Amino acid sequence: MMDELLLRKVRIEEVMFGEKSEVVNHILRINCEELTRYLQEDQRLRSVEIKIARPGEKKRIIPVKDVLEPRAKPEGTSTTFPGFLGTAEPVGTGITYVFDRVAVVTCGKLVNFQEGLIDMTGPGAEFSLFSKKLNVVLVMKPLENLGKHEHEEAVRVAGVKAAHYLGLTATRSPYDTETEFQVATGPELGDIYRGLPKVIYIDMVIAQGLLHDNYIYGMNAQGSLPVFLSPTELMDGAIVSGNCAAPCHKNTTYHQQNNPIVEDLLSEHGKSLCLVGIIAMPVRTALMDKERTCTQVLKMVRFLGIQGAIVSEDGGGNPEADLMMLARLFEKEGIKTILVTDEYAGRDGASQGLADVTPEADAIVTNGNGNQYVTLPPMEETIGHLEAIEVITGGHAGSLRSDGSIEMEIAGIMGSTVEVGSENLKTIAV
Amino acid sequence: MMNRTKVIHYVNQFFGQIGGEDKAGIPPQIKEGPVGVGKLIQEASGGQFEIVRTILCGDNYAAEHLEEVGQIVLKWVEEVKPDLFIAGPAFAAGRYGMACAVLCMGVQKNLSIPVLTAMHANNPGVDSARKDIYIIETGDSTREMKMVIPKMVGLAKKMLGDISIGTPQEEGYLTRGIRINVRAEKRGSRRAVEMLLKKLKGEPFETELPLPQFDRVVPAPPIADLSKAVIALVTEGGIVPKGNPDRIEAHNASKYCKYFIGNASDLTGEDYQTAHGGYDPVYANEDPDRVLPLDAARLLEKEGAFARLYDHYYVTVGNVTAVASAVRYGREIGELLLKEGVHGVILTST
Repeated sequence: MMDELLLRKVRIEEVMFGEKSEVVNHILRINCEELTRYLQEDQRLRSVEIKIARPGEKKRIIPVKDVLEPRAKPEGTSTTFPGFLGTAEPVGTGITYVFDRVAVVTCGKLVNFQEGLIDMTGPGAEFSLFSKKLNVVLVMKPLENLGKHEHEEAVRVAGVKAAHYLGLTATRSPYDTETEFQVATGPELGDIYRGLPKVIYIDMVIAQGLLHDNYIYGMNAQGSLPVFLSPTELMDGAIVSGNCAAPCHKNTTYHQQNNPIVEDLLSEHGKSLCLVGIIAMPVRTALMDKERTCTQVLKMVRFLGIQGAIVSEDGGGNPEADLMMLARLFEKEGIKTILVTDEYAGRDGASQGLADVTPEADAIVTNGNGNQYVTLPPMEETIGHLEAIEVITGGHAGSLRSDGSIEMEIAGIMGSTVEVGSENLKTIAV
Repeated sequence: MMNRTKVIHYVNQFFGQIGGEDKAGIPPQIKEGPVGVGKLIQEASGGQFEIVRTILCGDNYAAEHLEEVGQIVLKWVEEVKPDLFIAGPAFAAGRYGMACAVLCMGVQKNLSIPVLTAMHANNPGVDSARKDIYIIETGDSTREMKMVIPKMVGLAKKMLGDISIGTPQEEGYLTRGIRINVRAEKRGSRRAVEMLLKKLKGEPFETELPLPQFDRVVPAPPIADLSKAVIALVTEGGIVPKGNPDRIEAHNASKYCKYFIGNASDLTGEDYQTAHGGYDPVYANEDPDRVLPLDAARLLEKEGAFARLYDHYYVTVGNVTAVASAVRYGREIGELLLKEGVHGVILTST
């Protein structure tokens, strides 16, 4: 019998605080005290305050570090977010519970400039799927004098813990939908889908230092060669983001758990293509590192007999060298390649939007120009620290106007041009 | 009676019905009212446009005196204060296209009057102007006139009526290379999967981000023994003998030139100058060695760093120069130098 993952979604229509963490009639009640206590077991956090932000409320969350979806497996089995909680053994099979429409947002004192903004209403809300979520926001204060790396780690781990804690609540709740994902072996794929083109998804993950790191099975991808993953491992939190590149094009943990390229490839799996799997590819800065990872990916892809590939970027600038290198290597090998990216084409849209190009990159999907300039109206409540807008990516000195409104580039809005293609923003040339 | 739109139309000697190449040297002149194509424009507008004045100029005259022609045209346009300035269509005619593009940019910038022209995508006029003005795309032959004019009129009406202008595909203009954010029907990931399926099946697909393709020139292997090498100086910095005897253009140069320096060891502002229109000329005119380092090269020659400095230098102006021209100049200069026994080049850029 083929392995499988059953993804059970518990639909949530409202989130509020209660005496016990539980779901009653699609209302998620959170025992705030219990969750806070759990998170504050980490001595590096001086305080954790939990806030709720719902779609349509006049609330602005800033500065946002990461967003995660509550997911957990029934106790006694493997654990979501492997390597962070529980063991680092492979996930992606068994049962996983999800709180649908709920997200955990990590927030609080700025670690570094690459953190972003989520507006729950108004024009800013149109740029981000997170504006449509019931957000459980963790506003965290680190110890005084805590180093940046420790601060980043503490808030990242707190996000994972909160998403898992809420996920466990989901495992105790009645679920609304169940989707079955088969986890086939290589020979099984070859037998069943003979005749369909074999396709791979290359999921680039930045691995470049503070707030530019990703974790695969809990391990910082900086020390890793490319890793082969099945779609269901991604769903179980095999990749956790510690990466903020620019907020618009950082792939958050949420984007990886709900990777839309995986979803849309799976919808064609067995019909028009055979999705063999995913390669998470660390993106380093030095040329030799880029050559090492790209050629390792090529090696794996050749071994697997791949005919088509989708490559998604993470961040912008130097990762475009990796993106173009892969296009070059793949196309020369006869592998049909699609690149998924975004652009920094300037506020006027007149600049060349990518840092590197190659003639082989003839099939690109763009998720928009991050430099688009917008004005966002004042909100009634800020969750976090509004003044951070003046220093984060996309903002500038003078971004915050006296009436509380903001002028900024959409580069500062979480996921606005996300390069796994979760949104429907794109550019056209005029 | 409706208010008619006052238009000034710029044409070359041919479309101005003065003559062919033999008349390409005529200076700018005015004819009140429409001429030739101008009448077609009026008709296509359903009588809304009135070409109140036609400005004509010979192609060679315009190419060689672009700045002067620009000033004259500005004056003649300002006198009339039209609602619109139209130039061309120029189709594939390079000198004509360049004049149309430059004059349109001048009128738009200095007089804030809407401008419009039309030409072939490869016309050298396109590169320098496409970001700033609307250029209706044409084929390379005047046979297309009847198709081009209605597009020009259609776009002009939108520009004047402050009606939102559609995409290049809808309106027929050459993309200005400005990328704007829009909402697609499907999310990015879905579009990627659909593009992949097309590519796998060998069906046509359209990238969302066409990339500029830059030629990568493979560097030549190093000179094995520099002490035996003949070295030449080449520049795109426009250093020319005083007076610019061959009239290299200040931008989008139509030529490169070769000058003798066999008896000179230093370039002075008395004998040389820059013809380049793309940088502050003061320092180059003060001491042209700053762009074409003859003094330093002679010193190295004397020290024996290389065998001999080639006794001529090649020069052009690299300023909004069409890439196609630049490629040709580079190839030709390289071939000539090889033939002339040169082993290495010091190529200075600005």
